[in-house]
Amino acid sequence: MNSIEIARLLTGMTLAVHIIFATIGVGMPLMFAIAEFLGIKKNDAEYLTLARRWVKGYTITVAVGVVTGTIIGLQLSLLWPSFMKIGGHVIALPLFMETFAFFFEAIFLSIYLYTWDRFKSQWTHLIISIPVILGGSFSALFITSVNSFMNTPAGFEMKHGRMVNVEPWAAMLNDSFLVRSFHVVATALMTMAFVLAAIAAFKLLKNKFKKDTSYHKKALKLTMILGLIFTIGSMIAGDASAKFLHQEQPEKLAAYEWHYDTASQADLVFFGILDEHKQEVSGAIKIPGLLSFLADNNVNTKVKGMNDFKSNELPPMIVHYYFDLMVTMGVFCFIVSAIFILTRLFKRLRTWTYSRIMLYLGVLTGPAALLAIEFGWFLTEQGRQPWIIRGYMKVAQAATEAGGLTLVSILFGVLYLVLLFTSAYVIIRMFKDKPAYELIEELSSKRGDA
Amino acid sequence: MDYAQIGILVLWIFLFCYIIVASIDFGAGFFTLHAKITHQDKRVNHLIARYLNPVWEVTNVFFVFFFVGLVGFFPDTAKYMGTVLLLPASISLILLSIRGSFYAFENYGPDTKLQWLAMYALAGLFIPASLATALTISEGGYITKHGDHLDLKWAELFLSPFSWSVVFLAIITVLYISSGFLTFYASRAEDWRAYKLVRYWFIFWGPPMIAMSLFVFLTLRIQNRAHFLTAVQDYWYMFVISFICFIVALILTLARKAHGVAFIMVILQMFFAFFGYGISKLPYLLYPYVTIDHGAANGAMALALIIAFIAGLVLLIPSLLLLMRLFVFDKDYVKGKK
Repeated sequence: MNSIEIARLLTGMTLAVHIIFATIGVGMPLMFAIAEFLGIKKNDAEYLTLARRWVKGYTITVAVGVVTGTIIGLQLSLLWPSFMKIGGHVIALPLFMETFAFFFEAIFLSIYLYTWDRFKSQWTHLIISIPVILGGSFSALFITSVNSFMNTPAGFEMKHGRMVNVEPWAAMLNDSFLVRSFHVVATALMTMAFVLAAIAAFKLLKNKFKKDTSYHKKALKLTMILGLIFTIGSMIAGDASAKFLHQEQPEKLAAYEWHYDTASQADLVFFGILDEHKQEVSGAIKIPGLLSFLADNNVNTKVKGMNDFKSNELPPMIVHYYFDLMVTMGVFCFIVSAIFILTRLFKRLRTWTYSRIMLYLGVLTGPAALLAIEFGWFLTEQGRQPWIIRGYMKVAQAATEAGGLTLVSILFGVLYLVLLFTSAYVIIRMFKDKPAYELIEELSSKRGDA
Repeated sequence: MDYAQIGILVLWIFLFCYIIVASIDFGAGFFTLHAKITHQDKRVNHLIARYLNPVWEVTNVFFVFFFVGLVGFFPDTAKYMGTVLLLPASISLILLSIRGSFYAFENYGPDTKLQWLAMYALAGLFIPASLATALTISEGGYITKHGDHLDLKWAELFLSPFSWSVVFLAIITVLYISSGFLTFYASRAEDWRAYKLVRYWFIFWGPPMIAMSLFVFLTLRIQNRAHFLTAVQDYWYMFVISFICFIVALILTLARKAHGVAFIMVILQMFFAFFGYGISKLPYLLYPYVTIDHGAANGAMALALIIAFIAGLVLLIPSLLLLMRLFVFDKDYVKGKK
């Protein structure tokens, strides 16, 4: 492997780890705020316990999210110094604002964590979650802005290898910014809901404490409802993204679907195997016209094919699988949560709500949603190849020439394994022998005294 | 003042804030481990945990803020520093990660493990050492340049008395600042058992820190004569004020009086030393390759950054004050009653 490939591998590795914790970081504050809100509103100690236990686990993931986020922040300059030297003139603003949002979130999260019983009114404590939610979401928006700048650069002119006449706000609010931010936030919320649903379903399957059953059922119901709502949001966002790609980055959309010849009524290709020389796809499920429909809501729309682009400016063909897997995982979560809601809506189906098969499916939604996030980011990042700033700078021009890259990559690889393993270990042990009913009883008796 | 100067001033202030809060954090980690091993943990660890748990995450942000701002205001530093610092900065990052996550695992997890405590405490001492290396390199003399290609001279760095004296100064300073804060915090908590221990540490680390600073000055004369001369000839008064603050802090602590004032003196001492060092270093960010005028962000971006910065501060300062009020200045919380 040459230094460019190692730098790409290390960046990919860091982001793949960070995105798990970042997604939790964006999605979780709204979840525990909702649980706490329901708890106070309904005067229900079970919801309050839910909020507290979620927050407790969250402290661990926040820590790992903070450190991996710090790593990627510095690695941008360490691994891609030429990119930062040139691009730094333009992306500095959103990066800077991201740290402010992060700062804001960190301060109020600290306050939130340590003031459960310090205020007279329970609502005061709940209000503190608002800046946490805002901080988390805005930090996602700003960082997505940096990434979308790399996809759809705007707000500068290129002269003698430097970016000049920079318009910071135009660069920040570039074309793909809104579409992507919407997608990022919606899928983060969706993923978080399903991860929590998976935990509740798992706890119901392997229930050690009979007294906790109603608590876990409440958790599952709440998260499945939220999951369905956010999945619908994610699907709308995904659809908007496809339409956006059709307009702005057609080579990316073409590569997603192995679409070689420009044509109307283009097929949507599902999985299959590609013969790159013959440009033929075998063993795939093809849905006629759907790609055109996705691109423009009209089966007769012409979709540009890859043959219209220079072959050295096309992304690797593997992105097709990422796309298929992302969509499959998302649809799976949608179906499971929809069935769950249906069994709640129709009395005749009630017996199925907490049936073993339903719970097993519920357990699968968490990993499926997380995988969808990973595949989605692999898709968008590798889909931008060979560019680091699309149309302006190729990845190969940006990588570091410093020695010791292999050693550094190995060290980080080991670090990530340790962090992933240990954080899982700590979180599992945190809840393994700790029944929820003790906290529920404690909270209700406390209220009784007051 | 032009944008570049405002930029570097802002960044230097943030780096200074990081040094203070991070020192408290890193030093406290080490003291926790030390107390645990010498079976004095019941005396101090609850005190340290009560302060650190709510603030450690905020500490980290000061650091992120500094380097994001540096790249934003001076993109050229990304090219030079990024290339040269790949290995040293990666080591710092790995240490920071171990420190941050194992701190959380140990303190928020279901129970404590001595190995985890040892990991975060020791990582906490190596971080200042490894971060100080970045400052060392910026003094020049450790980089070779062939055309566009930059290389770090490892052997020179390892064998240089200057780099080692900076490393030791960093570690000692961390322990000094941390024990200074904890003395103040313990006296506020009226926790006299803990107070006795941390006050002893503070007095213990003061003199070697001053000795080490003098040694850094002497070796700087060899490493970067121009910087040394500017520091001694033009800004000598900064270092004198710093030393006076040190003496006042030491006397107050010895007399067991006014620990709040004593800690403010420690901050001022650091402030004058750090800003004296910084201002005498200018105009170079990385000697002799990067100066603050060359490669600074252009007008529109610099202006946007400064606007964003002011808007950010309007949000941040009240929030930070709220955090302090809840966890440092709230007497009942400090005493462990909340």
